[in-house]
Amino acid sequence: MSMSETINRNEKHDKALIFELSRPGRTAYSLPEMDVPVQKIHELIPEGMLRKQEAALPEVYEVDVIRHYTELSRRNFGVDNGFYPLGSCTMKYNPKINEDVARYAGFAKIHPYQPEESIQGALELMYTLQKDLAGLTGMDAVTLQPAAGAHGEWTGLMMIRAYHEANGQHERTKVIVPDSSHGTNPASASVAGFQTVTIPSTDKGLVDLDALRAAVDDDTAALMLTNPNTLGLFEEHIVEIAEIVHEAGGLLYYDGANSNAIMGITRPGDMGFDVVHLNLHKTMSTPHGGGGPGAGPVGVKSLLIPYLPNPVVIQKDDGTFAFSEKSDSSIGRVKAYYGNFGILVRAYAYIRTYGPEGLRRVSEYAVLNANYLRARLAPYYQMPYDRICKHEFVMSGSGLKPYGIHTLDVAKRLLDFGYHPPTIYFPLNVEECIMIEPTETESKETLDGFIEAMIQIASEARENPELLLNAPYTTPVTRLDETGAARKPVLNCACS
Amino acid sequence: MKHRYLPMTEQTKAEMLAAVGVESVEDLFKDIPAAIRFQGELPVSPALDEYALTRHMGALAGQNADTDRFVSFLGAGIYDHHVPSVINHVVSRSEFYTAYTPYQPEVSQGELQAIFEFQSYICELTGMAVANASMYDGATALAEAANLAAAATRRKRIVVSRAVHPEARSVLHTYAHGLNLDVVEVETRNGVTDPEALAAAVTPDTAAVLVQSPNFFGAIENIPAIGELIHAGKGLLIVSTNPLALGLIEAPGKQGADIVVGDAQPLGISGSFGGPTCGFFAVSEAHMRRMPGRIVGQTKDRNGKRGFVLTLQAREQHIRREKATSNICSNQALLALCASVYLSVMGRRGLVEVAELNLQKSHYAKQKLAGVSGVTVPFTSPTFNEFVIRLPEGANMSRIQSKLLEEGYIGGYDLGRSYPELAGHLLIAVTERRSKEEIDRFAVILEGLL
Repeated sequence: MSMSETINRNEKHDKALIFELSRPGRTAYSLPEMDVPVQKIHELIPEGMLRKQEAALPEVYEVDVIRHYTELSRRNFGVDNGFYPLGSCTMKYNPKINEDVARYAGFAKIHPYQPEESIQGALELMYTLQKDLAGLTGMDAVTLQPAAGAHGEWTGLMMIRAYHEANGQHERTKVIVPDSSHGTNPASASVAGFQTVTIPSTDKGLVDLDALRAAVDDDTAALMLTNPNTLGLFEEHIVEIAEIVHEAGGLLYYDGANSNAIMGITRPGDMGFDVVHLNLHKTMSTPHGGGGPGAGPVGVKSLLIPYLPNPVVIQKDDGTFAFSEKSDSSIGRVKAYYGNFGILVRAYAYIRTYGPEGLRRVSEYAVLNANYLRARLAPYYQMPYDRICKHEFVMSGSGLKPYGIHTLDVAKRLLDFGYHPPTIYFPLNVEECIMIEPTETESKETLDGFIEAMIQIASEARENPELLLNAPYTTPVTRLDETGAARKPVLNCACS
Repeated sequence: MKHRYLPMTEQTKAEMLAAVGVESVEDLFKDIPAAIRFQGELPVSPALDEYALTRHMGALAGQNADTDRFVSFLGAGIYDHHVPSVINHVVSRSEFYTAYTPYQPEVSQGELQAIFEFQSYICELTGMAVANASMYDGATALAEAANLAAAATRRKRIVVSRAVHPEARSVLHTYAHGLNLDVVEVETRNGVTDPEALAAAVTPDTAAVLVQSPNFFGAIENIPAIGELIHAGKGLLIVSTNPLALGLIEAPGKQGADIVVGDAQPLGISGSFGGPTCGFFAVSEAHMRRMPGRIVGQTKDRNGKRGFVLTLQAREQHIRREKATSNICSNQALLALCASVYLSVMGRRGLVEVAELNLQKSHYAKQKLAGVSGVTVPFTSPTFNEFVIRLPEGANMSRIQSKLLEEGYIGGYDLGRSYPELAGHLLIAVTERRSKEEIDRFAVILEGLL
């Protein structure tokens, strides 16, 4: 698309809120009949406890509902709409068969408190998934309870805390994270009652071993690490890193956000990690849902098994499946019931779609795709770590600053080419950062199209920076006033 | 290896390797030390073709007693409500379910507006000023509310009623250990929080009182009185509620609650073995900037058009790191969408009617079961759609549950599982889906088993 072909398709009118469609007297519901004798409500519930004013919900009919949400969906970009190279988020294709099977009544319409004899299929699925994820990560046991990656981080850290406390080492209160780590790492450490120690990365983008040696001490509870790290680089010294931390009496936490690079190639358990969480909504293809639900199962080495959240699924001697008994050493529950089961069903279906060899292929192609993009874009953008990467890489838009162009402008211009932009301004230790993760489900033709767009944008930045500064042109709205939104928050429609 | 999700061919592989400047895929992994390279076949389940997968998954699903085939009187936090057909159609639109968190607002206006509408719905139902984009579930929302209250009051003592869902209390204890908060549990009387025990537990250094209404026993708490008690010492009132009940019972926000949380599962979200569901979180204006999680705000674009963005992000982990109000980085957007579509479908009158159906049918069932010989209703506190019955001395709970299953019924929740003093008591939920005939038959079968 050249400049002259750029068509301004930003819409002229506000999209209505569902509340603005309301017309008194319209209904979209159909309810079962009242087939029991009706009693006076205030004889069942005292007047003072009853709602005085009906909630001002909209009055619409079913066609309004469908058209409203269909229109909203058309104002949204998902993986099915196009390439979504959002670094660190693993926006791979979400298989449709997984959506189908998760909706089977025997999975979607069962209750967590049914007698175990009536949920054997669900328990078998969870048991098998526990085993598969343990095998994939090289850990000894897995809990499926955490609802998301950050939730898994906190769960793992709580187990580490329980472990140190059980050993009488209450002074182990520090969690070490690299400066490139995701914000949830230090935040999860805080919620688990730890203080964070941040260590710098080397100019090669890896953990600074001297800084790590200087940081570990009698107060070290754990080191949190992704590997490959947030820059998409494999921590080559991982064995040594593990030794340093373990010798100091700390444990190693593996943030599984980047697991899509290593399936079948290396395992966190073999690298020396004691705890690992996996983001099933990344590596295992379960959809991100526009922000959730995800699932963040946590695997542990045997030394942490006593602290797993209650319950896990076990197989009994007679072959049937059951929930484990409550254990006193457990950190307790981290979520009601057993985790995001509907997501676990999809993840299990994904594993069964690929099997051992297929999962390894997934990682190989994810890494090949990332390296291809990196190699092809290197002549046009700054590559602070210009060497073989894993499933993602970071580059910098800093070379465009002389033209008054920032990474944000590149991202906004990409929207006009029909691509979701990469992750930008993360990690924090790379100036004008652009973080690209293509995943294995994108074809060379798709990657080539993206490369051409990125090359054209780099040239537009030099020749016509205004074009970028005013982008996007083809989206329902133009750039939004985020400062104003935070200064005078309007957080609901105040409909009543 | 060929696979339907993988586009790589031998030719593209060769071209791409050449562009990278390496000879083989193996060359891309040379930076991984040999000592930690995985050898052999991964110990995971083997691959299945698509048809075999559907057969296998169908076989697993078929072993579970689902509510299409079984009549359920089980609630205890997850309820068997009618889910309008349109909900699945909306959330099956892949523009919604295959998107990430709306980081690029220009191409995420659909999700952002949907969340803004969800926040509006939650404020309207709960009577609160501000709601966030949702939490993992009702239990974690409650724990996060305790965290907020501790930070807002700079106090560490959390008082929670034992009539709060046992698993929510368990989650609260786990979080409290991490956050170094002290949790004190308060006894119940007649199915609700014991007012005297509560008054004794609320000390001047209490950060918050946490109650659930309708509570775990189905009973409605005296929220205004509890509010007065905690507010006298400048602590906060946190109420966990069932959003569907709010069609009939008073909004906690109108009764003095500072924070209202709960699980939106009753609003069009299938039970799914307990998850994923959708926690909601609403506060009075004073606590807006202490809220955990994502928040969507309204703003304008450069042409003055209305648009929506993620806002108040200075609270969040990606900016504040260890000083964030919470470590949460996601929300349950797709389930929040279910709840929004549900409320759009139900509308002003539908929500009242469905709540009335629940109230009337459950009270009919309560009276019917009270007439079963040997069965009593131990609590007289007013209830919404759930209530407690006591079975006669010596009743074998697991045998009764098994026999009910044989008859096609999923019985209630055995309260002895989490309240030793209530062994022999069943918690019975009756939603709009239960017919008079099913209730009558359930009573007959139960009578036959006692």
